[in-house]
Amino acid sequence: MNKPASLELIKAVRLHKSFGPISVLNGIDLTIKAGEVHAILGENGAGKSTLVKLLSGFEHLSSGSISVQPMNSEDPNDLLKSAVWDQRTAEAQKVILIHQELNLIDELTVAENMFLGVERLTQFSLFGLRFLDRASMDEIASKYLGVLKIGISPSDKVGDLSVAEKQLVEIAKALSKNPRVLILDEPTAVLTEQESRVLFARIEELKSDGVAIIFISHKLEEIVALADCVTIIRDGDQVGCFNVSELSKDDMAKLMVGRELSKLFPSIPEPSSKAEFAMSVSSLEIYGKDPVSFALKRGEILGFAGLVGSGRSALMETLVGLRKAKRRVVFINGSEVFISNFAEARANDISYLTKDRKGRGLFLEKTVAFNFSLFALKQFSHWLLDVVTELKALVKALNLFDIRVKDLKAGVNKLSGGNQQKLLIAKMLETAPQIIIFDEPTRGIDIGTKSQIYRLFAELTQKGCSIIIVSSDMNEVIGLSHRVAVMRDGQLTGMLEGKDINDVEIMRYAAGLKKQ
Amino acid sequence: MLILNLKSTGPFIALCLVFLLGVFVNEAFLSSGNLANILARSSFIGIVAVGATFVITAGGIDLSVGSMAAFISGCMILLMNALHQSINSISIIICVAVFASIAMGLLAGLINGLLTTKARIEAFIVTLGTMGIYRSLVTFMADGGTLSLSFTINDVYSNVYYSDFLGIPYPVWVFFSLAGLAFVLMNKTIFGRHLFAVGSSEKVALYSAIDTEKIKIFAFMIQGFCVSIATIIYVPRLGSASGQTGVLWELEAIAAVIIGGTALKGGYGRVWGTVAGALILTLIGNILNLTDMVSNYLNGAVQGLIVIAAVVIQQRNGVQAES
Repeated sequence: MNKPASLELIKAVRLHKSFGPISVLNGIDLTIKAGEVHAILGENGAGKSTLVKLLSGFEHLSSGSISVQPMNSEDPNDLLKSAVWDQRTAEAQKVILIHQELNLIDELTVAENMFLGVERLTQFSLFGLRFLDRASMDEIASKYLGVLKIGISPSDKVGDLSVAEKQLVEIAKALSKNPRVLILDEPTAVLTEQESRVLFARIEELKSDGVAIIFISHKLEEIVALADCVTIIRDGDQVGCFNVSELSKDDMAKLMVGRELSKLFPSIPEPSSKAEFAMSVSSLEIYGKDPVSFALKRGEILGFAGLVGSGRSALMETLVGLRKAKRRVVFINGSEVFISNFAEARANDISYLTKDRKGRGLFLEKTVAFNFSLFALKQFSHWLLDVVTELKALVKALNLFDIRVKDLKAGVNKLSGGNQQKLLIAKMLETAPQIIIFDEPTRGIDIGTKSQIYRLFAELTQKGCSIIIVSSDMNEVIGLSHRVAVMRDGQLTGMLEGKDINDVEIMRYAAGLKKQ
Repeated sequence: MLILNLKSTGPFIALCLVFLLGVFVNEAFLSSGNLANILARSSFIGIVAVGATFVITAGGIDLSVGSMAAFISGCMILLMNALHQSINSISIIICVAVFASIAMGLLAGLINGLLTTKARIEAFIVTLGTMGIYRSLVTFMADGGTLSLSFTINDVYSNVYYSDFLGIPYPVWVFFSLAGLAFVLMNKTIFGRHLFAVGSSEKVALYSAIDTEKIKIFAFMIQGFCVSIATIIYVPRLGSASGQTGVLWELEAIAAVIIGGTALKGGYGRVWGTVAGALILTLIGNILNLTDMVSNYLNGAVQGLIVIAAVVIQQRNGVQAES
């Protein structure tokens, strides 16, 4: 399937998209060439996801045109404007999108999901009815799962898989359709470094086969490593299309944000050596694991690093009472507290931000106001709710956290990922907690918003709050933490300070090569 | 540009339209006797439906309300008849029965709630079970026949249903006061917010430190309470209870809730919408009685059509038009 590298597969001209009166994309021109990796970069809410949904037919154009090279032709003059461009047409032209939000059905198996809508049937038929050829589907599914080096079987139920595994199944599903143009929306957001590397290798292979790749990513290192060209979008407008070799990461960040970006990680003063322990976990025992203990100093940022599956989220959820513990001995400011559920943690000025902002953090169909006040409702009511106070607090928070909301009456699902995350932060900080646990606080978020969130961490510690950050982003862990706790398989393998906080040391402890 | 938000005003516009239809169909419709009758009759389903609004908003459903009402009325009648032997004051007898009824309603709600939460059985199945149990119990108590309230007691008690205050029947006062309280509870309290949260997504509610089990149990208990209030008002109208009492009342209550705009999947509830829904259903029945054009027996069919139409209209207006 070797096409000459410069053949244009898709030419999009003046793409506009509006939702009602709100214009999301204001005229984007895009040319996608075979054998090229084309990245799409932009801030929070710039319109990137909408753009790829237009390209893959999942949304209809408000105006503009999409022209596609017919499948059997290599003559550039055959590029044909498409009268209708929807998901069916796009898939028929082998333009395949891998969603950021997983489009899998939990109750079905991996193979069933991969062939959903395109099931293979047996030749054998009974009274004219053919049957599902499960053997063939399982075999093909295995092949693509194997290519991505995922250790799951086609007959596993998708609902039992982790988020990362589900993402890989989505990718396998897309690959099995033999795409000419493969579109990935934040593909490595939930993957480990190892899994990402396998994916990148596969992308390189597809590239040499003449497949065109489009991907959205916030990770500038990925764009530099993988992409040939990058289209930068700001607030629905096209900033430009550039060759990646001509831009530095700094250039890209500046173009994306449109202003000078100060240093990403603010300098956060170390807690004083006389600082007391804001929280001391002397024994936290999850069923089936050995007890864990650690302490958090006042004004400190304690990072929790580890490979995916190391049990950090489980540990934090158990700490704050979201999960049952076999034993939970916790001291706050020197006195023992008894936390048997999350409400009791809140009463002790602790707050926990889940890493699953869409599934556990926010009510996607409810309004910003509803979501914002839910954790701190007691502050807004005596007997009855005081809607006026609530609204005042909401406006204050929207300003403070720079949460951009186009329509206050719309559901939170209309907000971009970064704004959703900031809303979740606003929600969980409204009770003015002293100890805050952030689980993957900047996953899937652009660099401008990340920098805002990091500055927030600095402000919180200056006010005397103590923070725990669980993160799979090595740069983040290293850049922010005063100390780093490393976990593996539900146990704390190391507590690193000073010079030991670097990716090599952290990885050693995370992989079990070293243990304290 | 003024855009009529059909999703929020729909049920009330429908109510006006049905009312106008009634005026058009028969001049007897507007007589004070007829209107009072409609309001009183709608009170029963309406009160039960207000309770159902809470359960449905919390993401559950209660199929047992009709049988619960039958069972509670059966118990009330037996209790009052028994007390008549020993106590002379009829008012005291009635008071005792009222308290007993409320206690039973709350207990039934508690049972439904506990089975749904602690035993982790789906609400549909739990209430399907309790529905069967209550109906069977009342049939057993009535020995396959009818339990009748002694006439002397009913003479006094029937004032609860048939008398009025300022020209409006007592049941209507109870209905609208209860609806008012329910509105405040659902929209102006922390409990109400938690209710919406639990019905919208239990997981997110849990991670917002909401005690989802407590909320669901309370919702079922509110439903039980409403059933007992409705029963207290309705016993004097029937004067009896049998295995046939209250059959299919749960579906009519749920229909009223749906017509009123509450989402069946939970997370969003409208008390005044439910009131409008109950009134619409009663009006339809009344109009069919007053007209020769459509047979009375088609009441169920018309109600069914309205429920479907209501959902279709609400869905179409809930989805934003995309350009």
